[in-house]
Amino acid sequence: MLNIKNLEAKVDNKHILNGLNLNIKPGEVHAIMGPNGSGKSTLANILSGKNGYETKGEINFDGQNLSELSTEERAQKGIFLAFQYPLEIPGVNTNVFLRTSLNSIRKARSEKELDTLSFLKLVKEKSSELGIDEKFLSRQLNVGFSGGEKKKNEILQMKILQPKLAILDETDSGLDIDALRIVADGVNSYKNKYNAFLIITHYQRLLDYIKPDFIHVLSKGKIVKTGNAELGVELEKTGYANFT
Amino acid sequence: MKTEDLKNTQEYKYGFSTDVENIRAPKGLNEDTIKFISKIKKEPKWMLEWRLKAFNRLKILKEPDWQKPKYPKINYQDLYYYSAPKSVSEKPKSLDEIDPKILETYKKLGIPLDEQKKLNGIAVDAVFDSVSVATTFKDELTKKGIIFCSISEAIQKHPDLVKKYLGSVIPLSDHYFATLNSAVFTDGSFVYIPPNTKCPMELSTYFRINASETGQFERTLIIADKGSYVSYLEGCTAPMRDENQLHAANVELVALDDAEIKYSTVQNWYPGDENGVGGIYNFVTKRGACRGKNSKISWTQVETGSAITWKYPSCILQGDNSVGEFYSIAITNNHQKADTGTKMIHLGKNTKSKIISKGISAGKADNMYRGLVEIKNKASNSRNYTQCDSLLMGNKCGAHTIPYIKNNNSTSTIEHEATTTKINEEQLYYCNQRGLDQEEAVSLIVNGFCKDVLQQLPMEFAVEAQKLVAISLEGSVG
Ligand SMILES: Nc1ncnc2c1ncn2[C@@H]1O[C@H](COP(=O)(O)OP(=O)(O)O)[C@@H](O)[C@H]1O
Ligand SMILES: [Mg+2]
Repeated sequence: MLNIKNLEAKVDNKHILNGLNLNIKPGEVHAIMGPNGSGKSTLANILSGKNGYETKGEINFDGQNLSELSTEERAQKGIFLAFQYPLEIPGVNTNVFLRTSLNSIRKARSEKELDTLSFLKLVKEKSSELGIDEKFLSRQLNVGFSGGEKKKNEILQMKILQPKLAILDETDSGLDIDALRIVADGVNSYKNKYNAFLIITHYQRLLDYIKPDFIHVLSKGKIVKTGNAELGVELEKTGYANFT
Repeated sequence: MKTEDLKNTQEYKYGFSTDVENIRAPKGLNEDTIKFISKIKKEPKWMLEWRLKAFNRLKILKEPDWQKPKYPKINYQDLYYYSAPKSVSEKPKSLDEIDPKILETYKKLGIPLDEQKKLNGIAVDAVFDSVSVATTFKDELTKKGIIFCSISEAIQKHPDLVKKYLGSVIPLSDHYFATLNSAVFTDGSFVYIPPNTKCPMELSTYFRINASETGQFERTLIIADKGSYVSYLEGCTAPMRDENQLHAANVELVALDDAEIKYSTVQNWYPGDENGVGGIYNFVTKRGACRGKNSKISWTQVETGSAITWKYPSCILQGDNSVGEFYSIAITNNHQKADTGTKMIHLGKNTKSKIISKGISAGKADNMYRGLVEIKNKASNSRNYTQCDSLLMGNKCGAHTIPYIKNNNSTSTIEHEATTTKINEEQLYYCNQRGLDQEEAVSLIVNGFCKDVLQQLPMEFAVEAQKLVAISLEGSVG
């Protein structure tokens, strides 16, 4: 599904990624761990098409060269990024945002736009799965949301937009243990053999709830080690010292 | 989006002109022109005298120059002050008598005037250059005793009301442009709502500038008698021309005891091209008097057009417990300039005012909020709340906020909040990541920013205004 070959990235002549390789197949869960500043968010941003990076290398998604697609086209093709810091958009109702987003994606896939009723039904179902109060959805997008609420809202969006590849950028940071479990349940219930996850995290904690097939250690813009779930446990003990 | 597409969507959709034969007053600002206007409108003598009095005042007044947007000197002798399609210079008695070309114009503008297809429950007065061409739903309103007609007609048929209230809010010698209007105003709307009557539909005037080298000077007078209510909306468009055209209107509102007037404007005059050539100078005086106790006047404006917009819809809160509100969205793109805001003058006790201003600048445009809140010494327990938010798109535009605050009563309070934000690349990226393209994203964010004001508009117009907001900013990001 996703093929990254020798990805390099620079910002203002500063090298952030230095030849990164990664292959993700449908049904797989990959975790990327690494110290602060190792380039994890940069990787997520480049995959989702954020401007401002000078890149080299190749990224293929579903047989298509990603660099030819705009940010919204990537989203429409099924790449979803749960942001490390979800943005506040004052005056925009969360429900309206979700619906605009879902319908843009459906339109791009030549699917019929959802009418208000079917949409509300869908939202109701998905938000109750995540224990999100409906009232919360008529609030302005992310404005005044607590850290945990913002992250849950990202997972709600994921479940509604149904991406092929979901990238979670430190969705676990700042969550208390209950919220963490809810987020993990959200991921586990969405996971199937057609979609894939790239989970960026700092801590082993989340991986107690979401079993990754692969764990990659990112350091100085490169994957320096790949292993299975065991690697996470090991990292928890030793830290990243061996990799920097 | 391809550049080609962008060009097409960005184009000012109302920029066409209508080819009709006109009757014009000779060029120039002088007594003869004023007499010409008064005569062609068959005005009574007192009206002509009133105009001439204004003209004499004008001679000693100076054009103001304290505003931020500067403009090249206007040669007032080189303008036409009266231009009317020949076919309607005698006001047509029925819609059948209106030149089909003019009806077609309004149809293109989305304002069908023929009785069959008139806008849903909205009575429309259509002003084409210097004359009112049609007023719909007249009979229905007449049954309730509501008068809704052109000001020219009101001068002839309801002289007592006009005499009593015209100039009672904006005095003859108020300032240069208001006085100019008093001397040469050509048409506009007149509304009178009798006591204890709730106007059963939205009243609306649609102003269209068509002729070139012509100034438009319209005059609107709305009187809400005791215990009445009216919601009034004006819309404006003009053809694309490479000259600057002057539009200097006066709008006077009077609310008596327990009456309420809601006045909404969607101003979309031609803004000029992307290099700043052409466009309307929109120099307008709008003022409302809350003359009775418990009266209320609420101004809502969505200003997206014009090369220069310069206006301060104001409320004079005379009656005890009266309420004044001002909700504004001012959008400037390319080389557009806006210097707009309000004046809230608190005279009565327990008077309240609220100001919500949203300024959006893009391109090389400049947007200024300028507002006065004055609480006089007798206005005890009065309150004002002001919130001014500016949104910048790009690095070449500007936003400025100048509040003037005068509180002469220690029991009264004035509260002012202001914010300036830049449309945020991160917010756009977030929206894009959720599948919205750039235009959708901008529209969503900007409409969110304007929400407090948009929701003040009557339903039908809120949707239109929302689209207009998006269109006027198309192509301004990324
Ligand atoms: N836009 C930018 N301009 C300059 N430096 C940046 C920019 N984005 C990221 N960096 C730098 O690149 C490195 C990697 O950042 P990031 O990908 O956010 O790391 P992580 O998510 O792993 O903590 C950091 O040193 C960061 O300061
Ligand atoms: Mg990060």
